[in-house]
Amino acid sequence: MIRLSSADTTETEAATAAETPIVDERREALLAEFTARLGEGVLGSHIRAGDDLWIRVDRSVWRETAETAKAMGYVFFDYVSAIDWLPSPFGRDMDAQEDLIVSGTPAKEVGPMTHGYAGGETRFQIIARLYSLADGMGIHFKTDVPDDDLTAPTWTSVFAGSNWHEREVMEMFGISFAGHPNMINMYLPTDFQGHPMRKDFPLLARRVRPWPGIVDVEPMPGGAIDDEEGESE
Amino acid sequence: MTAVSDRDDISSLVAEATDNRVNIDFESEGMTLNMGPQHPATHGTLRIVAKLDGEQVISAEPICGYMHRGYEKIVEVRTYPQINALINRIDWLGSFANEVPFILAAEKLMGVEAPPRAQWIRTILFEMSRVANISLFLGDFGLQLGGMTAGFYAFRDREFVLNQIEAATGGRFHPNFDRIGGLKDDLPKGWISDSQVAMDKLLAFCDEMENLLVGNEIFQSRTRGIGVIPADVALSYGLSGANLRASGVDWDLRRDSCPPGLVYDQADWKVWTHPDGDAFARTWVRLQETREAAKIVKQLLTTIPAGPVMAKVPRIIKVPEGEAYVATENPLGEMGYYIVSKGDLVPFRVKIRSASFNNISVLPWVARGAYVPDLISILGSLYFILGDIDR
Repeated sequence: MIRLSSADTTETEAATAAETPIVDERREALLAEFTARLGEGVLGSHIRAGDDLWIRVDRSVWRETAETAKAMGYVFFDYVSAIDWLPSPFGRDMDAQEDLIVSGTPAKEVGPMTHGYAGGETRFQIIARLYSLADGMGIHFKTDVPDDDLTAPTWTSVFAGSNWHEREVMEMFGISFAGHPNMINMYLPTDFQGHPMRKDFPLLARRVRPWPGIVDVEPMPGGAIDDEEGESE
Repeated sequence: MTAVSDRDDISSLVAEATDNRVNIDFESEGMTLNMGPQHPATHGTLRIVAKLDGEQVISAEPICGYMHRGYEKIVEVRTYPQINALINRIDWLGSFANEVPFILAAEKLMGVEAPPRAQWIRTILFEMSRVANISLFLGDFGLQLGGMTAGFYAFRDREFVLNQIEAATGGRFHPNFDRIGGLKDDLPKGWISDSQVAMDKLLAFCDEMENLLVGNEIFQSRTRGIGVIPADVALSYGLSGANLRASGVDWDLRRDSCPPGLVYDQADWKVWTHPDGDAFARTWVRLQETREAAKIVKQLLTTIPAGPVMAKVPRIIKVPEGEAYVATENPLGEMGYYIVSKGDLVPFRVKIRSASFNNISVLPWVARGAYVPDLISILGSLYFILGDIDR
């Protein structure tokens, strides 16, 4: 296969700290290289051996992260998106009230906010993925975006493809990107109120209408039906 | 094998040539051409607002959202088996292929692996979806460029594949056949030999298309040198699939980063690239891909192992806490699902990385300086399904 010209991520020194029982040397080396280049900017990381690498960086070095990655051969732009870590305030799995009556379960208490791999401190996190064709590895990047200042530097000057992705994040999560050339809605009408992918944006159809499927996924005594999603007609 | 590095500076050359073609000195008042939302070349409801100067496109901005169904939101209140039925509808021409990366991502989080027979059948159906999807592209692209015959041939021959998919899964378009841990059912009797026959017909269809469409002089003159996308631009826009390979990048997730659970290494096949990066190259690469897919199916059909098609999984599927991203080489390009699970019946967050969204985002770049009739060539050759853009 073709090796793209700028790809050179092989490091002689593998990272010393091995958190996982199985050491993934290539990803450890990659992480060490990133940490060396970004310094204080790297806040957290997670390696799933042989599979994937997550790096959480500070928001102030978000654009530098893309530039560094590109310089290291991570030239294929996958996506930019965001995660709202707020536990859904609409109770258990956002079930309709009718569903709760049917299943007889009280609405679940909203638990504390927990973050995924590589940690996090804020409710909103931007997540992005870049890929290196030469290494055959991808990296997930995360950055925290504080509630009182929902902005992040844009990647459009580094990866032109992030243009649409950032527009989507803006309309769905309300996180705007500083320096973006065309920060308008991607899908929704311009006068749309709210940001639908936020966890506190109710899915109204789900709230008001009972869902017959809920019966199927509740544990049934005896478990006579063997198909896990059989329609109870 | 082409050296991409030699082609690195082409993007600046292409941009320069475009700037020269768009003659600013004689710029007229211009007009705005609205294309769509209903247009045969848009495979759904994509609207393109093109600003024209005479016959030249100054800028073309796609307007999406006419078919936005909010899958990423609705999957947060659906259980994993229910989601499987929903995400069929993302790329509706190759719908089985939509299910696979999602199921593989869920399997990765659960630590479940499908039995070998299920992996084989998955790969076969995956490639059958590709044949069904891309054969329609070949006909449809001909149709858009004025060759009606190709369209009819494609619809006729695609039916052979759809019949096989229907025979195995029960659904022509929306199989909903993949399950966490395997497949819904085993193959019906006689399916394997019937599929061999169907694939032979599709291979003949590819030969026919090569003569009828790709070899056609009018087709070539309308696609050669039109909509050139250099490799570095393709990469920075995240183009994938045949669009990327037509720009000379030898990259295929099936070969280079195949997720566990698909058995592409069990078949002998090739990844085709084309150095030109124009509309013709994209069509040509897709034609070869259809052939290769049919060959993969034919080979795998002869080696399906015996055994169960379903691993032992709990009846109520709860996916353990974690995050996973799995991408596969779908007919349209890289399709991936990023699943964040909190150990519940429903996923906490699912990011759907669909191929067409990235593929079509390059349109403003590539359409600048093109002529109006070429806009159809460019759009058609980028090949998108609207459900795959809007999700």
